[in-house]
Amino acid sequence: MRVVRPKAALLLALALLGAPLPARAEPAKAEPARAEGTLAQVKARGHLVCGVSPGVAGFSVPDGQGRWTGLDVDFCRALAAAIFDDPEAVRFIPQSSAARFTALQSGEIDVLARNTTWTLSRDTAAMNFPAITFYDGQGFLVRKSLDITQVRQLDRATICLQQGTTTELNLADWFRTRGLTQSVVTFANSEQTLGAYESGRCDAYSTDQSSLYGERLKTAHPDEHVILSEAISKEPFAPGVRQGDDQWRDIVAWTHYAMLDAEEAGIRQDNIAQMRREALSPDVKRILGLEGAYGARLGLTADWAARIVRHVGNYGDSFARNLGDATPLKIPRGLNALWNQGGLQYGPPIR
Amino acid sequence: MRSETEGYVRKTLIPPAPPPRRLGGPLAWMRTNLFATWTDGLVTVLILAALAWLVPLALRFLVLDAVWTGTSGEACRPEVAGRPVGACWAFIGGKINYLAYGSYPAAERWRPNLFFALLAFGAAWMLWLGAPKRAWGAAYLFGVFPLLAYALLAGMPSVGLASVATGLWGGLLVTVVVSMVGIVASLPLGILLALGRRSDWPVVRYACIGFIEFWRGVPLITVLFMANVMLPLFLPGDVTVDRLVRPLVGIALFAAAYMAEVVRGGLQAIPAGQMQAALALGLTRTQALRAVVLPQALKIVVPGIVNTLIGLFKDTTLVSIVGIADFIRVLEAARADPRWSAPAVPATAYAFAALFYFAICFSMARYAGFIERRLAAGEAR
Repeated sequence: MRVVRPKAALLLALALLGAPLPARAEPAKAEPARAEGTLAQVKARGHLVCGVSPGVAGFSVPDGQGRWTGLDVDFCRALAAAIFDDPEAVRFIPQSSAARFTALQSGEIDVLARNTTWTLSRDTAAMNFPAITFYDGQGFLVRKSLDITQVRQLDRATICLQQGTTTELNLADWFRTRGLTQSVVTFANSEQTLGAYESGRCDAYSTDQSSLYGERLKTAHPDEHVILSEAISKEPFAPGVRQGDDQWRDIVAWTHYAMLDAEEAGIRQDNIAQMRREALSPDVKRILGLEGAYGARLGLTADWAARIVRHVGNYGDSFARNLGDATPLKIPRGLNALWNQGGLQYGPPIR
Repeated sequence: MRSETEGYVRKTLIPPAPPPRRLGGPLAWMRTNLFATWTDGLVTVLILAALAWLVPLALRFLVLDAVWTGTSGEACRPEVAGRPVGACWAFIGGKINYLAYGSYPAAERWRPNLFFALLAFGAAWMLWLGAPKRAWGAAYLFGVFPLLAYALLAGMPSVGLASVATGLWGGLLVTVVVSMVGIVASLPLGILLALGRRSDWPVVRYACIGFIEFWRGVPLITVLFMANVMLPLFLPGDVTVDRLVRPLVGIALFAAAYMAEVVRGGLQAIPAGQMQAALALGLTRTQALRAVVLPQALKIVVPGIVNTLIGLFKDTTLVSIVGIADFIRVLEAARADPRWSAPAVPATAYAFAALFYFAICFSMARYAGFIERRLAAGEAR
């Protein structure tokens, strides 16, 4: 009987050590030196590398074919559209929250669009936050039947939270400064937290509002729950870039502003061809690159903003497609409405 | 006192003895195996009761109440389905391409498919004992296949295969690649390390001891974090190593250290006389190792090897923590899709993952059991 085959075993051992494994066959790719600006590196590489969240409803989610979608993803596509006139010239690298800043520092990613809150300590720690793409805040999910409209009404309520986040601290501070009391129950992960809330163990579930809309969809009866419009903390989500590259910082900031200015000027993905033909106002002409050479100042082409709108849409288009009423999330614009419609999104003029 | 004349003559027939207890048939089997003692009977009844309670629950969730078709999470809500809802298999169906290939470009997905087919062919060739030329099968699986797979998956522009960045690989593909590299590298490397650790040359011996003890001394998760998060900070700016390759090397070396200790256990069980006898017969040390010592040593440690391989296969999910889109990671990401949000979706995703890992690990264990019985045939005689 020939069962143990020492010859074969030794042969394969030698074959393995001699033959380069896939693991070792990968040649170390030379990247352009860091001294060059990020834009030059991105152009030389032929695509943008964007760090996104590994899966947050509405911000970065892979669809059934593995294509990434979401507000953060759209921002990266807009950046790629402005640089390459191709929204697909971007590679998405899902980043865990632990590794995201190191990935940016080490140059593994060009931009971090991963619903990251802009804080002073992060801003001063070797990174910059060029523009706020989404204004979020800590909110509350409650049952409609409780008939609550304000956070104050949650005095003496039991609130479910996820462990190890700043939400617990925010909550305690907010209630204490107002002379209110609450009891907090914490859980290891969002599944358990939602489960406890649904089973009636808590009156409210508190985390970032943008996440609460996703969590509500996971309940048995989403219609029976409501997210209070009031927020108790400021969570401005901003893309992050490395410090020390002002040109790249400008490009990232103005990609967002171009999307805002386009929305304000009424330039949408579905009417941009018509707007370009008619181009009535000087604002529209400047945004579409028909007048002036503003793109060149960023190191881009004159039609950089037009490319963004043509391929990705304006901020409102992206919001509606990923978060708004057309999606199951149905997140209201709220603070993210344009400044002239009661929100905080304010694009400086392209002039 | 009996009289002498009475003797031992029986006057009556012995009453017929009752027939022997049945030795065959299901009743006898149950009596000996399930209800031999009172304790046995009690345990049997308890287990049967637990099964009677759990199996219908699982069956109802996984099959009877499951939703098989649908285009969004709405289909898996009881009020839409109009009945109690169990597993939402429609979710798995809607995401199956993503779960299998990750973000691998849709037009190029024949390449992972071909890779899976080549792998299945090689595995069948080497594992099916009746297959012809099995030594060639091993050479194919351990030598030719890795190169072929690399060219196929990563691309080779010189032969017209567009390169596909490893960042786009995901799901089942990544889990299979990571575990294959771990298995293919750890076994031979582990054997060499085990032999090296018993070498007479101090340099080799201490190098192997140092290597094994270092990799056994650090947690796998630390290795992965070092590989994917810290390494880029240490390397000069113009040197990058692919971010899938880094954890692959880490896992291969980590698994090799464990494998080395398993194999060393086998080597130590072989009496020194075996080697001495082989040398006395005129064999060289290499020949003696190859033909006498290793076959016996490896035979002893088959359970240990398979144990390590199964552990390695399950440990590959740890790469998801450093941002590699393995099977578990893509399942988590797919679950975040608001279009597929429903109360049953998380449970479905985890049930699917459990079935997937169980199917593979159980097959590995069964195959190893079969090999052990084949190898033990000599001892049973």
